[in-house]
Amino acid sequence: MNLKTLVWREIWERPSAMLTSTLAILLGVTALVAIRHVTVFSEREVGQQLQSLGANVLVLPKNSTLQDYYSADLTEQTLPESHVASILLANLPGVERLSPKLCVSTKVGDRDVTLTGILPQTEFQAKAVWQTVTLFSNKHEGCKKAACGPKTYDAAPETLASQRTIDQLKGNEAVIGADVADFSGLKPGKSLTLLGEKLQVLAVLPRTGTIDDSRVFAHLHTVQRLTNSGEVVNAIEVMGCCEDAAGKLVPSLAELLPDAKVVTISQVVSTQVGINRLMSQMSLLVLGILVVVGGASVASTISSNVRERRREVGTLMALGATPSLVARMFLLKAWLLGIVGAVSGCVLGLIVAKVLGSQWAGVSVKPLPGLMGIAIVAALAVTTLAALWPARSAAKLDPCSCFQEV
Amino acid sequence: MHASRVRHERLNMFQLHEVTKVYRRREQEVVAFKACSLAITQGEYVAVVGPSGSGKTTLLSILGGMLSPDCGQVLFDGESLYDLPIAERTKRRRERIGFVFQTFNLVPYLTALENVQVPLFLNDVANAEQEERAMALLGQVGLGNRLDHKPSELSTGQQQRVALARTLANNPSVILADEPTGNLDPDSREAVLAMFDQFVREGRTIVMVTHDPAAALRATRRLTLRDGEVQEAMIRHAA
Repeated sequence: MNLKTLVWREIWERPSAMLTSTLAILLGVTALVAIRHVTVFSEREVGQQLQSLGANVLVLPKNSTLQDYYSADLTEQTLPESHVASILLANLPGVERLSPKLCVSTKVGDRDVTLTGILPQTEFQAKAVWQTVTLFSNKHEGCKKAACGPKTYDAAPETLASQRTIDQLKGNEAVIGADVADFSGLKPGKSLTLLGEKLQVLAVLPRTGTIDDSRVFAHLHTVQRLTNSGEVVNAIEVMGCCEDAAGKLVPSLAELLPDAKVVTISQVVSTQVGINRLMSQMSLLVLGILVVVGGASVASTISSNVRERRREVGTLMALGATPSLVARMFLLKAWLLGIVGAVSGCVLGLIVAKVLGSQWAGVSVKPLPGLMGIAIVAALAVTTLAALWPARSAAKLDPCSCFQEV
Repeated sequence: MHASRVRHERLNMFQLHEVTKVYRRREQEVVAFKACSLAITQGEYVAVVGPSGSGKTTLLSILGGMLSPDCGQVLFDGESLYDLPIAERTKRRRERIGFVFQTFNLVPYLTALENVQVPLFLNDVANAEQEERAMALLGQVGLGNRLDHKPSELSTGQQQRVALARTLANNPSVILADEPTGNLDPDSREAVLAMFDQFVREGRTIVMVTHDPAAALRATRRLTLRDGEVQEAMIRHAA
């Protein structure tokens, strides 16, 4: 016999009495863990998007949506390819690189893929009309980047995944995403047939966790020819030298291309950032609810437990229990309720986050042990504080109550 | 002179000097217990009788170190009980005083064995020794085959025997009993009183509050309380 046995036996005698407060803690911790997990992974996702797209500005057809861009579903709306030349000729400060794109759905084997036409950077140099401008060397005022102007980029085709542009790509070559490589078994040097044209695989991109994993990149003009779409593109990614440049480029580009929609990446992710901020605030609210509802429930349960067990406590004191032991008896009970509620809440919260995270926020959630540890400590702190007063009142009970009739 | 005082204190298990306990309710004062001088010596079997509300339970609580008197001094084995810190007073009670209750006061969610282990656990006795001693005590009161029964699974007589085994767990020198036979059938009552006789023969002091005249007759001394005051002290020799 020890204190733990005494407390455990009492809980098991009437588990239903503890159900309400355990449930309150469980639900509070579940909500807290679920919301924080989704928020954290959503923030990471936004961070990754920002990182992968850099200080980009997107030039999109007027009627297309950002969702169309992210899902690579831009086949209906197009822009004239001449807009690329217009941007270059305008010689706007801060423009580092351009990446026009044309997307079309097709199949590799029996699997759907997005064939994306891109223009290699060497093409920009080759075009006679563009040779007249001081391409990509126009530093904007107060540029945060150490050295604006012409850059030496890694020529490896795999850098397309991170830099959004490719140095060289011939008309009969293709670069494939990681998913496409996985399901088709294609490797560099092998060939694939797309829209009746045989293309040689130049490289397989590293996995990015984005729509790029299921793309096949080919030369823009090859895709235009195969789809008979003419000299059009679905989007033009404009890589600014830094985030400041991206912000300043928007009004200039909007003025230059009035028939296009010009957005910055920060605008693209602003909704998601806003939702993340809201969810962060929500998690604070849930923490508040956990403190108030969970705490009140624990306090009420332990207080009522002390009242019901007055004679038992009196008897224990008559048998030699000290007031501190009596207080510890009720605190330990509260801790057990807190631990059961918090651990179950963590497990349930993680399941909810995994399900809702992928369905609602489109993020893959993994356990964050630190966060769950904090949730458990918070729940224990709440239960301890809530049980403190009833435990103290139990310790102050009159031992003579052992003589009172039932 | 000094040796004489020590001997005297050893003989007196309890000494009450000018002890008064007053309850105040709605601006009215009620004297619950008053004793100018009362001594209970080691090995005495004292029956405390009197009508309801006469202060019997108050006396028991004061003797048990659980109810501080408003004035006066209570000596327990020569020590002023209420001059001790609460922790020390609790320790004296745990180690040297056993309680028997009218309604047994067993912890309902513990088995008979665990109930007897409770005072041992409170006295920091190791778990293995707790079990060993509790089993021996339950065997002693004839409940060796009811170790894992909860109080609700035992008859009232069996419950009181579990309570008696619990009382003896820390081998107390004093037993304070509050109506120990009040809820028992005649056979169980007789069994309990026989055990009390045995405790006295073992040298323990018993102070038993009772309404049962037959039980009171088994005591070697009877204190009658009326309106909180000890009105009569009849002493007879032990059989």
